[in-house]
Amino acid sequence: MEWAVIFAPDNLALFGNGILITLWLLFASLAVGGVLALIFALMLTGPWAPLRWLVGAYTFVIRGTPLLIQVYLIYYGLGQLEWIQARWDAIWPWTYFKEPFFCALLAFSLNTAGYTAEMLAGAIRETSAGEIEAAHAYGMSRFQTMWRVVLPSAMRRTLPAYSNEVVMMLHATSLASAVPNMLDVTSAASRIYATYYLPFEAYLAAAAIYLTASFCLIGFFRFSEGRLLAYLAPRKH
Amino acid sequence: MQSYFWVILHGSLLTVGVSLLALLVSVLFGLAGAAAKLSGKPVLVGLATLYSTIIRGIPDLVLMLLVFYGGTIGINTLLEKLGSEATVDIDPFTAGVLTIGFIYGAYMTETFRGAILSIPKGQMEAAWAFGMSRFQTFIRITLPQMVRYALPGFTNNWLVLIKATALVSLIGLQEMTYLAKQASAATRSPFIFFMFTGALFLIYTSVSLAVLKKVNARYSLGTKRGQL
Repeated sequence: MEWAVIFAPDNLALFGNGILITLWLLFASLAVGGVLALIFALMLTGPWAPLRWLVGAYTFVIRGTPLLIQVYLIYYGLGQLEWIQARWDAIWPWTYFKEPFFCALLAFSLNTAGYTAEMLAGAIRETSAGEIEAAHAYGMSRFQTMWRVVLPSAMRRTLPAYSNEVVMMLHATSLASAVPNMLDVTSAASRIYATYYLPFEAYLAAAAIYLTASFCLIGFFRFSEGRLLAYLAPRKH
Repeated sequence: MQSYFWVILHGSLLTVGVSLLALLVSVLFGLAGAAAKLSGKPVLVGLATLYSTIIRGIPDLVLMLLVFYGGTIGINTLLEKLGSEATVDIDPFTAGVLTIGFIYGAYMTETFRGAILSIPKGQMEAAWAFGMSRFQTFIRITLPQMVRYALPGFTNNWLVLIKATALVSLIGLQEMTYLAKQASAATRSPFIFFMFTGALFLIYTSVSLAVLKKVNARYSLGTKRGQL
């Protein structure tokens, strides 16, 4: 074991930069995916059947295929389409499809949106009928009921399942290393492995980083659950 | 172009093979882990807890790279130290099956532990009262009953496991995803090949889901459900 190599300044910097990229990928995809998931969940529980059907098909496909395929499809696949090819050299939003970071981010966001939408839709459907009835009794409109009563409680009740999804997404960001020119934690480890031929040290260091990040996220969610779901906890006195 | 589709389709057999073997390994690890966690012996409980906690905190891909690249060097260094001349090469298939099995064994541990705890204690006590050994109790009483409780979690784990097999392509196993990437590079039409591979995965997960639903119905026979 030659741990000194891992702790050489250059390699520490490589891992440090990797941590930043991994976290940036994670939080950006959670933010974009979260907004999409909210919209999809409202469609899934909404009154329009075609929308329900469409979003249902979307989550079915996203949840039924490997994330790696989705990443490849966006990074390598879209470039094949002439419609994109005609635009990605000059026209503004399409130029992003040449960037590995954007492609990885897009794939991760669409992926987490599919999983989160189903969780949130489940929580919305499970909202107790009494709460909705009470909201109607107060004269709230459909939108007001959703915004003031159903969503705040449904989002809180999704928290335990969502914390799993967040840890899964942290692990999923390691797939960014399958795209060339990305330098997340896993890619940093692969680069150190390739340079020094030290697979144990490099990948164990990466594993330790992911493990620490997972525990921090789990700790954070435990804390928030204790606060936000306090009203659902069994009585203590 | 057409022949590439056949090649990928043929590669799907390897995907099925890896996933089924990995499932077998993971069920064995899961049962061992659950047994250790419920054994009440501090050392075993500690080891199983360490296993299920650490494995579930590390990405599959990193573990796979660690086992595939690190494992080979580790075993060979060990052999060298023992004075052996032999060298071992872990092939991607074995590394994939063992790593995926080992990882999902950690998830199975939790699923099985929950399932065993859901069985009324009286069932096992009755078996012991009949003079059955621990092993007999497990095979005749616990196992058939825990299937029902374990199935929802098992189904989830299995679907995630299937999707994890795509990662084995990154350590060089020539399964569907790997072949799709090769075909894309050769023909410059990645979109169609990745769509095709995605569709094959979708079929695999859908068929699994349908089969497991049937199994679930079979094992839930005679259970009473509260009517809402």
